[in-house]
Parts: sequence; C-alpha cells; structure tokens
Amino acid sequence: MTAVVPGLIEQFEQGLGAPICLTWELTYACNLACVHCLSSSGKRDPRELSTRACKDIIDELERMQVFYVNIGGGEPTVRPDFWELVDYATAHHVGVKFSTNGVRITPEVARRLAASDYVDVQISLDGATAEVNDAVRGYGSYAMAIRACENLADAGFTNVKISVVATRHNVDQLDEFAVLAGRYGATLRITRLRPSGRGADVWDDLHPTAEQQVALYRWLVANGEQVLTGDSFFHLSGLGEPGALAGLNMCGAGRVVCLIDPVGDVYACPFAIHDRFHAGNVLSDGGFDHVWKNSPLFRELRGPQSAGACGSCGHYDGCRGGCMAAKFFTGLPIDGPDPECVQGHGAPTPAAERHKPRPAGDHSHGCRKSGPVPLTLTKRPPQRLCTESPV
Amino acid sequence: MRGLLTVPTPQGERTTFDPDAGWRLHPQVAVRPEPFGALLYHFGTRKLSFLKNRTMLTVVQSLLDHPDARTACRAAGVDDGRQRPYLHALGVLAESNMLVPKQSWEAVR
Repeated sequence: MTAVVPGLIEQFEQGLGAPICLTWELTYACNLACVHCLSSSGKRDPRELSTRACKDIIDELERMQVFYVNIGGGEPTVRPDFWELVDYATAHHVGVKFSTNGVRITPEVARRLAASDYVDVQISLDGATAEVNDAVRGYGSYAMAIRACENLADAGFTNVKISVVATRHNVDQLDEFAVLAGRYGATLRITRLRPSGRGADVWDDLHPTAEQQVALYRWLVANGEQVLTGDSFFHLSGLGEPGALAGLNMCGAGRVVCLIDPVGDVYACPFAIHDRFHAGNVLSDGGFDHVWKNSPLFRELRGPQSAGACGSCGHYDGCRGGCMAAKFFTGLPIDGPDPECVQGHGAPTPAAERHKPRPAGDHSHGCRKSGPVPLTLTKRPPQRLCTESPV
Repeated sequence: MRGLLTVPTPQGERTTFDPDAGWRLHPQVAVRPEPFGALLYHFGTRKLSFLKNRTMLTVVQSLLDHPDARTACRAAGVDDGRQRPYLHALGVLAESNMLVPKQSWEAVR
C-alpha cells in the first residue's frame, strides 16, 4: 500500500462501513508451539466454527464487500475443510491470503495453489538460518518452511510471501532474508513482534533493542514497497520524515481491520485477544456485519481518542501513540506512549512494577487449565482402612 | 499528491492514458463506495486504491457508458475547465492497470 494523505487517515480513524480486510484465525490447533504465538495456539478448541458457520461468514463478507481475508491460526491448513473454505471464499469474491508454517504445502498442494489466481500464501519464518528460526518456532520448522517454499517454486507458484516477525535475534539478518526470498521469487513481509498471546512471556527478551529499531526503520524505508509490513511499524514513524515509511500509518483496530477467532469471537485486532478488546460473537450477537457496525467497543475506537501523555510530543501526528495492544499487554496506559516509543517515553516505570493483563485464552499444548483437578478414582473399596491414607 | 485518489506506485507495463479514448475498469477490480469516495481493489495485482470523492466515483463507474474519459467527466458534472485533476487521477489509475482501454477488452471478448 502507498503512503496515504492525512485527510484519508482521519476518515479511516472514524471507521468504514466494512473492514478493508480482516484476520480470521480458523483454528487454535497447531503442529508447532512458537514461543511468541499471538493467539497462544496449540490445541483445537472444541467450539470452533463448523464448515457451515464459516461459509455463512464468507457470504456475509461478500455482501459487505470485504476484499480479502488474512487466514491464520493456529495452523489453518490442518482444518480438514481448509481447502473447501478457501475455494468457497474465492468463488464468492473474497480473496484469501493465508499464513502457514508450511506443514501441508506438499508438491501436490503447491500445484493446486499455483492454479488459483486469488490465493496468496505467506510462509512464516523467523530466522534466515535454522538456528535463529528454530529457537523461536521449534526444531525442524526452518526445514519445513523452506521445503514449502521449494515446493511452491517448483510448482510455478509466483510471489509467495515470506513472513518474518522482527525479533532481537533476526533483525540483523534482514539482508539474508532478502537473499533467501530472492531464491524462491518470494516477497518479504516483515512485521512487528507484539506482546500478545505467548508473546507476552517472551517480549522483554525478544523485542528489538532501540538501536535495532532504528536500523530496522532505515532498512524498511530504503526498501520501500518492495517489502510488505502489514503496516505494523507506524510506531517508528517519528524516526524520519512523515510518509517515509510505506503504508497506512495508523492503528486500524476496529476501524478498518479486525479479527474473527476460531470460535467466532470478534476482536479489534489479531494482537488484542482479551476481553477488553472483545466486540462480540458472530454466532450469538447477530452476525459479523452487526458486530462490526454496532459493537460499543468499535464505536468507542472510532470516536476521538485521547493522546494522553503523548499530547505534547511533536511526533504524535506520525506514530499516533503507537500500538494499542502493545501498550495494553505491557501494562502501559492506552492513552500514552508505545513500549517501543522512539523517543524513549515508553518505559516510565520499570516493567516489573507494571500490572500486565493476561491474554484471554491459552490453547498451548500441555497447558494447565484452571478449575478442578481430575482425580483417578478407584472403584474397588480399600482392602484395609490404612491403605487409603487421609494424609 | 493531494489529488483525487491515491494508488500504489505502478509496476510492470505502463499504459499511456489518452483522455480522448474510451476506458473502463479492469474486470478484476472491485469498487466499494464509501462516504469519502470509494475503495478500489484489484484482485489481480492485489493493490488497493482510494477514490477521494464521490464525483470521482461517478466518473469511474460511468466510463463504460461514454465514448471517452472527457465525456464521462462532463456527464458527472465536471466542466472542461475543471477536468485536469480528474484526468490526472484517471491517468494514475490507468498506469496501475485499474483502468484499461475499452477497445482492448472488447477486442478479446
């Protein structure tokens, strides 16, 4: 996307009749357990939407003229009806971009994808080397992603996206990522690490340092529209001239984008899975269109926002106070500076002293749910009283 | 540019825009009217554009009904003396393949 004039930004801040695009996490099931997973994915939620319910949502998106959906998860391709839903969406004029770790991108699937004009594929890779990638995404995940890229390239699929979450350990590899992308005719997509989901637990150690943010910003400006960013680095706008960073430099949460999660819950954005940013549910609150247009949360987000402590800062017009989710999950006030504020205003109190809200759900493999602890009961009566010790 | 639309930097083949020729929206472009004008999405190039007022939307939507771009502007109430920004915006849309020459599409059909 190109740099957008301010008048239009103000229009977008007041919200649109329908999102430009939205993120749709189809399942919480995932074969990986990335340490920074924004949706704390791992195990499928038994309440996940049925095929029919998903198709109903697609029908609604078509009526609303939502141009495309960014499908993610979890690992969306492990849903048995994944390809059926992709075909249904594209047949109903809803374009599909889906994110995958590559697990199901076999040569056969790659050939099938190459035959479609309306599907974009984003392969997630968080290191230009297996060592850096696998430390975050798990052992073997680098090889899996590269195999997917190879299969797609061999099948003649053009312009796959290699999607990188910028971390302290990979921002120094940006040029290597570019070389790697070039090898497969791929486009690089670099996005911001958020302290969302399991990312909250690793953010302090993984988010790029202040010096790295500057280097990252310069690299992005130098590469312009050759590199996609999901418009996620607007908090760095203050590092240069207004408009130097390609894209729509504003928070689109609840205004031009949102998230539908696997059980149909609608959140302001994919990085804000928490009750505070829950707008409603497509099944129980009258459908997606109704939630989008009428949810009190979205109406609030489309109203005038307080600049709070940022009001007196000369960079506010550029960064607009940064990312709401990043502030929320690091325990900072929403109407104040981003934790990665380029002016260094983001850390007024030591991180340890802040109250950090926990994400809404944890679907991690092996996670312990709160509630009663299941006990194994034996049906046989104790042979002797003292066999079942009360202490 | 503080004009009537914003579009991405064009890539690939460039089309020279002739306002005296007939134009139409690319068949893969979807138009979504909005209070400020409209959103345009090209399903082929995956590019998003914005029309920045309703008159521009009327012009773009009625191109097919008129023999050339200037006539479409006039029909939307834009006199010849005020057409420059509109023709410029149409030219940018043509460069990014959102608009295509009418004949070229009629010829292949």
